Amino acid sequence: MDSTLIIEKSVIILVVFAITMLMAMYSTLAERKVAAWLQDRIGPNRAGKGGILQPLADGLKLFAKEEFEPDTPNRFLFFTGPALAMTTALMTSAVIPWGDKFHLFGRDIILQATDIDVALLYLIGVMSIGVYGIMIGGWASNNKFSLIGAVRAASQMISYEVAMGLSLIALLMMTGTLSLREISAQQAGLNWNVFYQPLSFFIFLICAFAETNRTPFDLAECETELVGGYHTEYSSMKMGFYLFAEYANMFISSTILAVLFFGGYNYPGMSWAVENWGVNIANVIGIGALFVKICGFIFLYMWVRWTIPRFRYDQLMHLGWRILIPLAIVNIMITGIVILRAEIFAYLGF
Amino acid sequence: MSIESISLSGRKKVVSNKEMSFLERMYLLAIVKGMIITIKHLFTRKVTILYPEQVREMSPVYRGQHQLKRDELGRENCTACGLCALSCPAEAITMKAEERKPDEKHLYREEKYASIYEINMLRCIFCGLCEEACPKDAIYLTTSKLLVPSSYDREDFIFGKDKLVMPLDIAMKNAQLKNAK
Repeated sequence: MDSTLIIEKSVIILVVFAITMLMAMYSTLAERKVAAWLQDRIGPNRAGKGGILQPLADGLKLFAKEEFEPDTPNRFLFFTGPALAMTTALMTSAVIPWGDKFHLFGRDIILQATDIDVALLYLIGVMSIGVYGIMIGGWASNNKFSLIGAVRAASQMISYEVAMGLSLIALLMMTGTLSLREISAQQAGLNWNVFYQPLSFFIFLICAFAETNRTPFDLAECETELVGGYHTEYSSMKMGFYLFAEYANMFISSTILAVLFFGGYNYPGMSWAVENWGVNIANVIGIGALFVKICGFIFLYMWVRWTIPRFRYDQLMHLGWRILIPLAIVNIMITGIVILRAEIFAYLGF
Repeated sequence: MSIESISLSGRKKVVSNKEMSFLERMYLLAIVKGMIITIKHLFTRKVTILYPEQVREMSPVYRGQHQLKRDELGRENCTACGLCALSCPAEAITMKAEERKPDEKHLYREEKYASIYEINMLRCIFCGLCEEACPKDAIYLTTSKLLVPSSYDREDFIFGKDKLVMPLDIAMKNAQLKNAK
């Protein structure tokens, strides 16, 4: 393996890691700002200009806090929980194509940490593992609130994973590939999947809300019932890791939404930009376009959070099993019929 | 017109438990409606007052710290009649009257004055009835924004003449302003 490839990939991984962290950091500020604006307030504005240094102040505070540990027999698991939550949140970013490619130093640089052909499967897999961080943390806390929060999170994730997977199957039938790079490339121009699979997008969006434990599906940490849910017993930076993981998850799922349904790095007139301005500039704009889409979704998450109240647990299960899953299956059938329409017409003799 | 159909506020809404239609049961329309309402608030004027830099405007009838007035010659107006203490609903005022000596004519306007005049700030409700009761224009509730400072000692909340009487230099300044007019 040639060493330039290793350097290239290392740089990409580092940059992606840094950007994910940065986005997660500033999502916390954005969350507070959006919440404030939607409630006719101003929000944090003292740390730096317009509160721009607020996440740093929050981080510093979390680091400086006392590291409290409950009297738990599972000390190892207690430490593993937040680490696992953080790891899985960051792992997903490996397969996401952040842009098409740069042409630098006489070689094509693909803006993706790794282009595996089962990227979508990998994504779903890693996102399922994400619940382990919550489960282990909640279990090891030796606290009934934490445990109930963890159990809720686990059952919620499992329920919505099914609908999520089924909604993606309809998409896969259309794209015919699991590679995110190819899925992105197929959506060139304004050929976005959301226009062909609106129902699939809709189901996936709802499931993404549930998977990231955001309102209206934040039953795992609902303050009114469970104190803090699975992270009740956590303090200091372990708590910070959980909160950070939640925002990193939000960023990643926004990215997945943008890549799968909203064309990823594609924007109208990209091929024209490649011809006239060169590959590099066109792709810088492409990365910008992707981040605009991602920020849009992050805003949607926050907007929904400050609009819709939390579901009751039976309503949550009802929505997952009895509405979304049948809807996803119907969507698969419709997609199948549309794809095979020529054969069906031929069979029926038209 | 029956009582059921009257709506004084104009916002009366009769609730009913009727069966919801399919569209209503999807809740999507309701969610979209709610989200439109919240997004509208994103662009409304914010009500926050940035406190240390901006201060909320006081009411025009704001009543603050009491003051015992002096006249143009710097003499205290109060004659210790006790009407303020009588009118006080919180019983916060107490005083002790004394006869004016011949050599104190430049200090007190009337022949009788208050040697001790105390207001208990823990009891005072800043209603301003003392000001209304005073026949000598002696006590006023000022628009001073100074608040009663906190303390561990109850004695500190009993304000005597040292804190209540208008400072002499301010009285002289007021007199000059009045003469200039």
